[in-house]
Amino acid sequence: MSVVLRVEGLSKRFGGFTALQSVDLQVSARERLGLIGPNGSGKTTLINCISGALYNDTGRIVFEGHEITRLPPYKRARLGIARSFQIPKPFRSMTVLENLRIPLEYAAWSRAEHRRITDEAMHVLETIGLEDLANKNSGDLTQVDMRKLELARALAAKPKVLVSDEAMAGLSGAEVDEIIDILLALNKTGVAVIMIEHIMRAVMKFSERVAVLDAGQKIADGDPQSVIADPEVQRAYLGE
Amino acid sequence: MRNLVSPFWVSAVVVLAAGLAFTELAANEYYFTAAYLILQALIMAVAWNILGGFTGYVNFGSAGFFAAGAYTSIALDKALGLPLPLLIVAGALVSGLIGLGVGYLTLRLRGVYFAIATLALAIVLETFVSNWTYVGGARGAFILTPENHLWFSSYVHMLFMLMLILAVASVAISRKLNFSRLGRGLAAIRDDEIAAECAGVPTLRLKLVSTTIMGAMMGVAGAPYPFFVTYVEPISAFNLFVAVNAIAMPMIGGTAHWLGPVVGALLVGSLQEIIKVNISSEINILLVGIMLVLFISLAPQGIVGLVQKHLRKRSA
Amino acid sequence: MVSVDLLANAIVAGLLLGGFYAAVALGLAIVFGQLDIVNIAHPALIIAGAYTAYILNSRFGLDPVLVGVLAAPVFFLVGAGLYRVYYAAFERTGQESLSGLAFFFGIMFIIEVALILVYGVDYRLVQTGYLGETLNLGFVGLPYRMLVPFAVAVTLTVAVYVYLARTFTGRAIQAVAQDRLALQLMGVDPIRIKQWAFGLGIATAAVAGALLIMIGPVEPSVGRQYIGRAFAIVVLGGMGSISGMFVAALILGVIESVVATFYGPSWAPAVAFGVLLLTLALRPAGLFGR
Repeated sequence: MSVVLRVEGLSKRFGGFTALQSVDLQVSARERLGLIGPNGSGKTTLINCISGALYNDTGRIVFEGHEITRLPPYKRARLGIARSFQIPKPFRSMTVLENLRIPLEYAAWSRAEHRRITDEAMHVLETIGLEDLANKNSGDLTQVDMRKLELARALAAKPKVLVSDEAMAGLSGAEVDEIIDILLALNKTGVAVIMIEHIMRAVMKFSERVAVLDAGQKIADGDPQSVIADPEVQRAYLGE
Repeated sequence: MRNLVSPFWVSAVVVLAAGLAFTELAANEYYFTAAYLILQALIMAVAWNILGGFTGYVNFGSAGFFAAGAYTSIALDKALGLPLPLLIVAGALVSGLIGLGVGYLTLRLRGVYFAIATLALAIVLETFVSNWTYVGGARGAFILTPENHLWFSSYVHMLFMLMLILAVASVAISRKLNFSRLGRGLAAIRDDEIAAECAGVPTLRLKLVSTTIMGAMMGVAGAPYPFFVTYVEPISAFNLFVAVNAIAMPMIGGTAHWLGPVVGALLVGSLQEIIKVNISSEINILLVGIMLVLFISLAPQGIVGLVQKHLRKRSA
Repeated sequence: MVSVDLLANAIVAGLLLGGFYAAVALGLAIVFGQLDIVNIAHPALIIAGAYTAYILNSRFGLDPVLVGVLAAPVFFLVGAGLYRVYYAAFERTGQESLSGLAFFFGIMFIIEVALILVYGVDYRLVQTGYLGETLNLGFVGLPYRMLVPFAVAVTLTVAVYVYLARTFTGRAIQAVAQDRLALQLMGVDPIRIKQWAFGLGIATAAVAGALLIMIGPVEPSVGRQYIGRAFAIVVLGGMGSISGMFVAALILGVIESVVATFYGPSWAPAVAFGVLLLTLALRPAGLFGR
């Protein structure tokens, strides 16, 4: 399978603290990758570097053969990298449907049918299962619906890679299953998904491959079962 | 086009026609002076709201942008004797560029730096103009009103009509923006800038577009001012009251909708004229400050927001 | 030819002025630098402090410095009350960036207009025996109307610096912006700390106002010239840092004084803005930031 996103030797320091140390990571088209690691291991820094919210110090990021290391976030979104936020960030003055207009009219503008934006937004809401709430004010949603809106908005950007940042933290078991099903459905439409998650059950159920970060370094990368069995991972992540 | 003639454009034509009839019928010059000032404040409020209400960035230096338009007029009138329409275009250019410049220097950082910079900008422009003897320096400058006032019976009548056209045009621009792709991008920035950027919105560029439009519109409001008052000095052109009105009117009317600053300006502006005539102008100024503080503390959505909320409750 | 006398006098006068500027920016360094509250009404409160000194000096002949110290507790309470309103209306609901800013703008405007309504736009000043005299050291003259405010401002700045560094509450104030959670875990209520710190910041305005009216006559709209100055100093000094703020205040004072001496005093108000814009463009983290 073709590589869609490649991260090479990525390092990032904050003052004296090394958040990431020469991390390499590849994501293939349509792949489901789980990214795990203890708190402070650098997962969020890594996805911030990938989405462009932070600029890495050394190393490069290549998306579909083009180097994007110094591109601002909005340009990366336009190329096809979308992300959801761990703490939902809805556009509160807008309805759920209007929230999706923004990525459709900006990130996906070159790929969207300009006269059918509302239909396209509605279609995304149906994929996620939010169509009944289309005209509800986005600030009034429940926690789980806000997580879904995050994913819907990311999907409306028509991405090739979707980064889901702890979309399930704090949700109930049934809600977690709901989000996993949504992510699986998204993946079926041809989107590669990087799932950052603490809930191991979700990671194991969802991922085809798992990468593990610890103290800013990648310590394992492979199929879920063998990664979990890796003694180094168990020591770092699952505790001794 | 769904509606060939939208209600907005019908009302715009009605307003302009009524204004024209007014210049033929009304005799008392005071009404034109009062209406001119209200319309001037309305353009300023609409301009402020494009950045403040739509995009979520505060401009405290409205008086600076306004005065930049006024002094561009004075300088070019003196140097080249340009006709008023060209002076208005020049005022828009100068104030728009000032907006772009301040925005470029500060908007890449935190939003509050922009707010502080605009406040200091007004002071700096005032210092600059006070030291610029060509436009009268601190002593001020007299402007000769041109002889030609078209078919109007006086120059003030013509200025009033001009201001009415400019006001309708700025409201039309603001309304168009409110419902456009650009306007939705600005609203996304106001709601959550990081999320907007990640949804593909070029936030810095849109913020700069927004500051430039705001500055240009304020320059337009200021450009005819010298011909209206015929004597301009820095203290009156940079009056803090201009800046306060530009903030208070949208805040009182409601910032999220294009109609907000219009409602706020007409309401507060008319009230001010009434108080100024019947009580005193100092009390009037104090009242605006108090209204501003009360409204933002107690009803931050403004009058239009309150009405919208009420309508939504009734329909639900 | 630049005269050495003139330059030396300009620099000395600038240092004295800069010391006074430290008192002006001190409250803002706490409120804006550490609490992250953009109180643009701070200079207007300083003018209110100046008028307090004027009133008590003209009525009872009290020394302005004494008035400043006496008024400080009252200003503290005003500040604490102001923060209560700000917190309830804006900070709690996440409205501080637009409405909160406009709120302080409105407060600033109300103070200014209220003072104009009561006292008019005439310049007011204070009378004390020592203010007209000058201490002469060689070719450098130190007028007492600058020297006394300088000394008081430095004392005040050092006192606040020590308070923030050495006391528990002071350290809590420094921590409140960075680490609310840690404070809560220590059993400290962040809102109370912020209220206390805000009050402290406004209390310094009482003293700064008294110093302002010692240096020269004051009218209500003078405060506006101090907005650019105060914010320029706090940003140049690296936001929350009191020592950075002090150095920045001295630098601004010297630049302004030199500009006023060689180009004319009417250009001085523009200096702060230039410094502010340059800082934001070149070193947004301040002089001493990394």
